[in-house]
Amino acid sequence: MNNVSAVTENEQISVKKKSQFADVWKRLCRNKTAVLGLVIVILLVLIGILSPIIFDYETQVIKTDYSNTLQPPSAAHPFGTDEMGRDIMIRTLYATSTSLSIGVVTVIVALAAGLVLGSASGYFGGKVDMIIMRIMDIFLAIPGTLLAICIVASLGNSITNLVIAQAVSAIPKFARVVRGAVMTVRDSEYVEAARAIGAKDTTIIFHDVLPNSLAPIIVQTTLEVATVILSIAGLSFIGLGIPAPRPEWGAMLSGSRSYIRDYSYMCMFPGLAIMITILSLNLLGDGLRDALDPRLR
Amino acid sequence: MIKFIIKRLVALIPVLLGVTLLVFFILDLAPGDPAKTILGEQARPEDIAALREEMGLNDPFIVRYGRYMFDLVQGDLGTSYKTRDPVGEEVWARLPNTITLALTSTVVAILLALPLGIIAAIKQNTLFDGISMFISLLGISMPVFWMGLLLILFFSVKLGWFPVAGADQGIKSLVLPSVALGFMHMAAIARTTRSSMLETIRQDYIRTVRAKGLPEHEIITDHALRNALIPTTTVIGLQIGQMLGGSVLTESVFAWPGIGRYMIQSIQGRDIPSVMGCIIVFAIGFALINLLVDLIYGFIDPRIKAQYK
Amino acid sequence: MSEDVKKDLTAEIRNLVVEFRTDYGVVQALNGLELEIERGKTLGLVGETGAGKTTTGLSLLRLIPNPPGVIVSGSIKLDGKDILSMGDKEMQAIRGKTVAMIFQDPMTSLDPVMTVEQQIAEVIKLHEEGGQAEALKRAREMLELVGIPGTRGSEYPHQFSGGMKQRVVIAMALACNPELLIADEPTTALDVTIQAQVLEMMKGLREKYNTSMLMITHDLGIVAEICDKVSVIYAGHVIEHGTLEDIFKNTRHPYTEGLFNSLPNLEDRQAELKPIKGLMPDPSNLPKGCAFCPRCDYAMDICQTQKPGRTYRNDTHYVECHLYNKDNIHEGKVKGR
Repeated sequence: MNNVSAVTENEQISVKKKSQFADVWKRLCRNKTAVLGLVIVILLVLIGILSPIIFDYETQVIKTDYSNTLQPPSAAHPFGTDEMGRDIMIRTLYATSTSLSIGVVTVIVALAAGLVLGSASGYFGGKVDMIIMRIMDIFLAIPGTLLAICIVASLGNSITNLVIAQAVSAIPKFARVVRGAVMTVRDSEYVEAARAIGAKDTTIIFHDVLPNSLAPIIVQTTLEVATVILSIAGLSFIGLGIPAPRPEWGAMLSGSRSYIRDYSYMCMFPGLAIMITILSLNLLGDGLRDALDPRLR
Repeated sequence: MIKFIIKRLVALIPVLLGVTLLVFFILDLAPGDPAKTILGEQARPEDIAALREEMGLNDPFIVRYGRYMFDLVQGDLGTSYKTRDPVGEEVWARLPNTITLALTSTVVAILLALPLGIIAAIKQNTLFDGISMFISLLGISMPVFWMGLLLILFFSVKLGWFPVAGADQGIKSLVLPSVALGFMHMAAIARTTRSSMLETIRQDYIRTVRAKGLPEHEIITDHALRNALIPTTTVIGLQIGQMLGGSVLTESVFAWPGIGRYMIQSIQGRDIPSVMGCIIVFAIGFALINLLVDLIYGFIDPRIKAQYK
Repeated sequence: MSEDVKKDLTAEIRNLVVEFRTDYGVVQALNGLELEIERGKTLGLVGETGAGKTTTGLSLLRLIPNPPGVIVSGSIKLDGKDILSMGDKEMQAIRGKTVAMIFQDPMTSLDPVMTVEQQIAEVIKLHEEGGQAEALKRAREMLELVGIPGTRGSEYPHQFSGGMKQRVVIAMALACNPELLIADEPTTALDVTIQAQVLEMMKGLREKYNTSMLMITHDLGIVAEICDKVSVIYAGHVIEHGTLEDIFKNTRHPYTEGLFNSLPNLEDRQAELKPIKGLMPDPSNLPKGCAFCPRCDYAMDICQTQKPGRTYRNDTHYVECHLYNKDNIHEGKVKGR
């Protein structure tokens, strides 16, 4: 074989990263359902960003109009109006921004905390690992929804508390995934090599271990956004979520329950919105999981 | 085996201790004065102060927690702020309903999901596979309370086959809630079964079995199935937690008289002891079910069974 | 020349073409493969990784995964019967009974949730008369035969070491006394000392049952130990074939020479290693002429455009190389070692 000329470590790593990213992207694009998921997610993000701009909160989203209550879908109100005369379509679209933003913020918070806890736990092992994992176990011993209900029930429902409640349930999951990935990578040979040339622990964690543990973390993040949105909808449904009058899909469904007999259209659209959001995120998450799977390379 | 069970039960104790501490702490943060809740807004300040003394509400956190735990291990879940009845009684009365619902949904879910996942894996990339996986995808994307509402809309309101809410019509009342709760469950299990089946079929030992001349269907039933069930069991275990949360929502939609509904009512009434009692019962149930799943796991996989001795 | 002698062949492959049709393109796994295994004899199939050795073994059992593998053309005969025209049931009756295969990695070849005696009994019950009890008894006998106490039969695969697992696999393969045993690198995953034990055991069993064997390996040492004849395979095609003496003492093909030269020289520790330059060609994009041409030290112009035909040195030894014709075949062109 020809001699491979010596390349500096940095050059090699950046070449590896770029081609890896392009490789993953290509594989993702080949998966039609994943692309569908991605497109819908992008669409939802656009709706989420544009809704607060297009619709005026005071006059269109929360203003009640008792002369116009419970109108079935029509040209003026494509999704109909609710029991307070508010346009359901506008509220449904507007709720996108609420759900998505809380979902994203929660996941970012949980991811950050999970990264710290999980990498420390996975990398250092021993006592550190044991303590952190015991604490995580306690949080995991309560089903996520119940824990969130508990926190919100106690602290009251405000957006901040909602984020805290969801994040607290999500952090252990991230910590676990990160820990698992870090542990797999930690004992591999290139980390041993890095240690052999005297790299510091934090350097190793950030430059070697984490970039290669990325795959399951990315997948978990995507799926977790879906879980959080679903959970918030559930909380709102039982009255522990976003405080009224801010529109939220779960709360809208809860309100529609009393009118289900004669005004069934009311329970259609918010539910559909939840489903489409979760569906697209799941498709994207699944697609990412397949595209990032090293065994399929 | 018995030793293993006992060991696990003992290991549960610190976890449950941690859980009770955590939940007690969280609920303690709630604003509002329990004494006021009990006596009402109009009560005189002296009466409120007296009740606070009597209930020990002015004691430090650790003392109150200790007192609660002391009562708990004797089976006393405290007294409801609203009804002044023991929480334990209220919970106990509603527990069978929740168990019935949870059990039925799980059984239905597993019975439907396993064949669905297995056949989808065998007939990979055919129409059956596509359709069943699409339905499963819908199942995990649909919020359980929306599913409940839709079921009520079509089968109760429009068709009148089942009651809209409540548990008073026996089996008929059970159908819609179980389907709503079980559907989401079934979808997740079907997907996992399929992917773990696909994974198993690709294994080397399946190739060995084929080289022995075993007909294809026997390869599936005698070898692939048992191995594929191993990761599926893990997922079923993970699902249980989600399902417990889902049962709270389902009970809410269908006004099902279980612990979940009671918990929500207690939250709205700021009845802290009741909330605490419900959550503890859920946590214990969750832990026990996980233990059960682990045992089943050991039953299926002899490598794990060896670790259990 | 060799058609004159009517051989008793356990297995016969003629002109086999196997493709793997994937999303990334078509991979030519086997290109006109020819193979003969005589009854009671052992044929070694030698080549580098990716040459098509495992595919050859799998095709004898018709176990090539489909999709994406397709047997495009050619014939495969076991005991004189054409297996390519057989139905599934017929094929299942043959697998495990007429022909059996043992695979490379013993760690993953056994079902982890079944006891080893049950796995051996399974193949016995499939092909032989008798019920569960008899099958188990025979399974334990087979275990004893490969050097494992019969009482250990009720244990699970994870309780055995790699070498013992491979013995279980061998016991399972020989349980129904097959006419042909295909061994795909059976000792590659084992320690050297265990390797020797397993090989000795296989030789003993072969003597006892007069089993024909196809030994797939890249290790020339194993070939020398256990094989009667050798086929050297390169890029899905047999490029040289002969008896042990033909191949070892009268090497003709440059690739075969390269294989021998790649072995480190135990006597002269100062000698340089002589690897074969380059890599095996991309099987989805094979060169037009001789597949070995790009790496060959003796390459001529004709090698790039035309595939070489077969030249026979004697009844048993042939080579496919443009260097040779029937006049110069008796003197080797390749340098001695």
